[in-house]
Amino acid sequence: MDFKPCVNINKELDIVGARQLGRTRAKELGFGTVDQARIATAISELARNIYLYAGKGKVCFEVIDQLDKQGLKVVASDEGPGIRDISQVMQDGYSTSGGLGAGLPGVKRLMDHFEIHSEWGKGTEIQAIKWVR
Amino acid sequence: MRIPILKLHNYLLISIQIDLDDQSAIEFQEDLLNKIHKSGATGVVIDLTSVDIIDSFIAKVLGDVVTMSDLMGARVVLTGIQPAVAMTLIELGIHMQDVQTALDLEQGLIKLRQELEG
Ligand SMILES: Nc1ncnc2c1ncn2[C@@H]1O[C@H](COP(=O)(O)OP(=O)(O)OP(=O)(O)O)[C@@H](O)[C@H]1O
Ligand SMILES: [Mg+2]
Repeated sequence: MDFKPCVNINKELDIVGARQLGRTRAKELGFGTVDQARIATAISELARNIYLYAGKGKVCFEVIDQLDKQGLKVVASDEGPGIRDISQVMQDGYSTSGGLGAGLPGVKRLMDHFEIHSEWGKGTEIQAIKWVR
Repeated sequence: MRIPILKLHNYLLISIQIDLDDQSAIEFQEDLLNKIHKSGATGVVIDLTSVDIIDSFIAKVLGDVVTMSDLMGARVVLTGIQPAVAMTLIELGIHMQDVQTALDLEQGLIKLRQELEG
């Protein structure tokens, strides 16, 4: 499969670009409409966080092929300020920007697997996987 | 991109046909409030039939639009929310409890008329 692996996030419109590419990838992999919406929404949240809090970064896509299942992995990474207290930002309603604080806890619920790595002062990498059902 | 706002009697009708970026969402919010102010509209229907994603930012803008319009004396009904969008909103933890909804534009207008014209 011809695969454009990453979308750079530098400006606000890149958020739309990333989620649209993510939806296209999800469709190609055979995800249903609801899962496509889940994946696109999760990408939108991660890309906006990069744009808002780190200024720039990227969202990359990877197909995971396992014997018994196939999935789409989304990796959002930036070299922004990092996150000091991960358990805090994973709480519903926690926001430092006047947002709903729904983004990160939402992504965790929308996707099947969620991992967050962040180092204060160095940057953040979030990996999320959705399996094709 | 500017979202067209149509006027029909005392109502304003909007059908969102684009994948809303943040800037367009904010502009829409401003345009709608200005239009309510200028026209004295008492009801607004925002049709979301063509919208296939609502993330936390767009949800916040839409929720704010409803509250702000209400402050200005216009009742808002959201119509045509796709099943997949409704499901992702709930999973995001966004419940939009105070927001009036209807199945489609026509039902939205009927709802407004029932409420506003008794
Ligand atoms: N990539 C990042 N780098 C640094 N800080 C981040 C990053 N992503 C999230 N954060 C921090 O985590 C907080 C919670 O993020 P989350 O996406 O859950 O909510 P939000 O962006 O504030 O609001 P919403 O997403 O609902 O509009 C943010 O307010 C911000 O302080
Ligand atoms: Mg966010």
